Amino acid sequence: MKDSAFKVFLNGLIKENPIFVLILGMCPTLATTTSAINGMSMGLATLFVLFGSNVAVSLVKNFIPDKVRIPAYVVVIATFVSVAEMLIHAYFPVIYDSLGIFIPLIVVNCIVLGRAEAFAAKNTVFRSALDGLGMGLGFTFALTLLGTVRELLGTGKVFGYVLFPEHYGALIFVLAPGAFIVLGYLIAIMNKLRKKRLS
Amino acid sequence: MKKLESNFINMVLALSGIALFAAIILTSVYSLTRNSIDKLQNQKLKEAIQAVLPEHDHFDSIPVEMNNGVETTKVYKAYDKNNVLVGAAVESSSNNGYKGHIDIIVGFNKKGVIINYSVLDQHETPGLGAKMVDWFKTEHGRQDIRGKNASTANLNISKDGGEIDAITAATISSRAFLFAVRNAYFEFKSSITEPETEPIINADTMHLKQNDTITTVNKIEMKGQHP
Repeated sequence: MKDSAFKVFLNGLIKENPIFVLILGMCPTLATTTSAINGMSMGLATLFVLFGSNVAVSLVKNFIPDKVRIPAYVVVIATFVSVAEMLIHAYFPVIYDSLGIFIPLIVVNCIVLGRAEAFAAKNTVFRSALDGLGMGLGFTFALTLLGTVRELLGTGKVFGYVLFPEHYGALIFVLAPGAFIVLGYLIAIMNKLRKKRLS
Repeated sequence: MKKLESNFINMVLALSGIALFAAIILTSVYSLTRNSIDKLQNQKLKEAIQAVLPEHDHFDSIPVEMNNGVETTKVYKAYDKNNVLVGAAVESSSNNGYKGHIDIIVGFNKKGVIINYSVLDQHETPGLGAKMVDWFKTEHGRQDIRGKNASTANLNISKDGGEIDAITAATISSRAFLFAVRNAYFEFKSSITEPETEPIINADTMHLKQNDTITTVNKIEMKGQHP
């Protein structure tokens, strides 16, 4: 019943995409995707934490008694989040300014603890690493897509490049309601595509 | 390998071990990045000060702090070659932004004319309030605050009877921004008239500066890069 390594990797990217299929971690998804670059940086920061915590948890899983596994995982995840925050602050100050409070909040993103508990605690280091990478990339892909659509519809730019003048944009897409609207449509499109592939 | 049993000693050992390991990692990353973070922040502030000041020779690296009981406003005074005050960069803030705190730095010449400003920290809505970064220094309609004399101009948005055009659809952010500008001018004004921090400087009272060793120590040699 074990999937091949490649399948584990693809799983997070498409079949169980954290945003479009599992609908996990909505808070940073809706809040930080005001532009493509913000969505992508948030995705990459989460990728780093997911990968790190998955590897660390699967490394130490046998030394942790069952009853204290959740606090132990949380400490591991929080460590990686703090490391990510300090590194971003020191080397990517622009990204740090635009993401602000959402970097430390990665610690409560349920995908991270979810994957540690559901996957890394039961699998080898290699497979956990692949799972973290796949899930992280799936998350990054979803956030970048969401950010791109919102930025384009809202301000007429993609990654800061102007495609059409800003006053033709519908500002609502940059605001919170637009996040819900775009996310809803993207999930619908993804579901349609997946159904087509299955049938 | 079998999982460790969930008895008391194992649990304590496992958790303390992980916590200790996490602490070691965090302290090392902290000490690794601390310098770089501090340097970046200092540099950012210094660049902002340079950008908003009038033509100057050097400025105080340690600001005069003005406290109105609620917030502290920092005044960085700038001088020309003869140590005559030419203006100041004032770091001022407002808590009434649409999403909270706004931190700006405004440069005045000694007559109170606004030279330029720079937004240090803001969390306003992208596409709306966040436009304040450039809005008030764009020559369009009546939105430019550069060149206005803060002692005579009515620095309020037109809706409130002032002479500045607010950011379209971001009245609250604009009000907060202009509040911070007015506050900056107020503190700048009181910082240059307060006798115990700095005597009123003009060409006639230059000799007062000669015994003034304390402020000289605080000055960094910085050639004004502005025309």
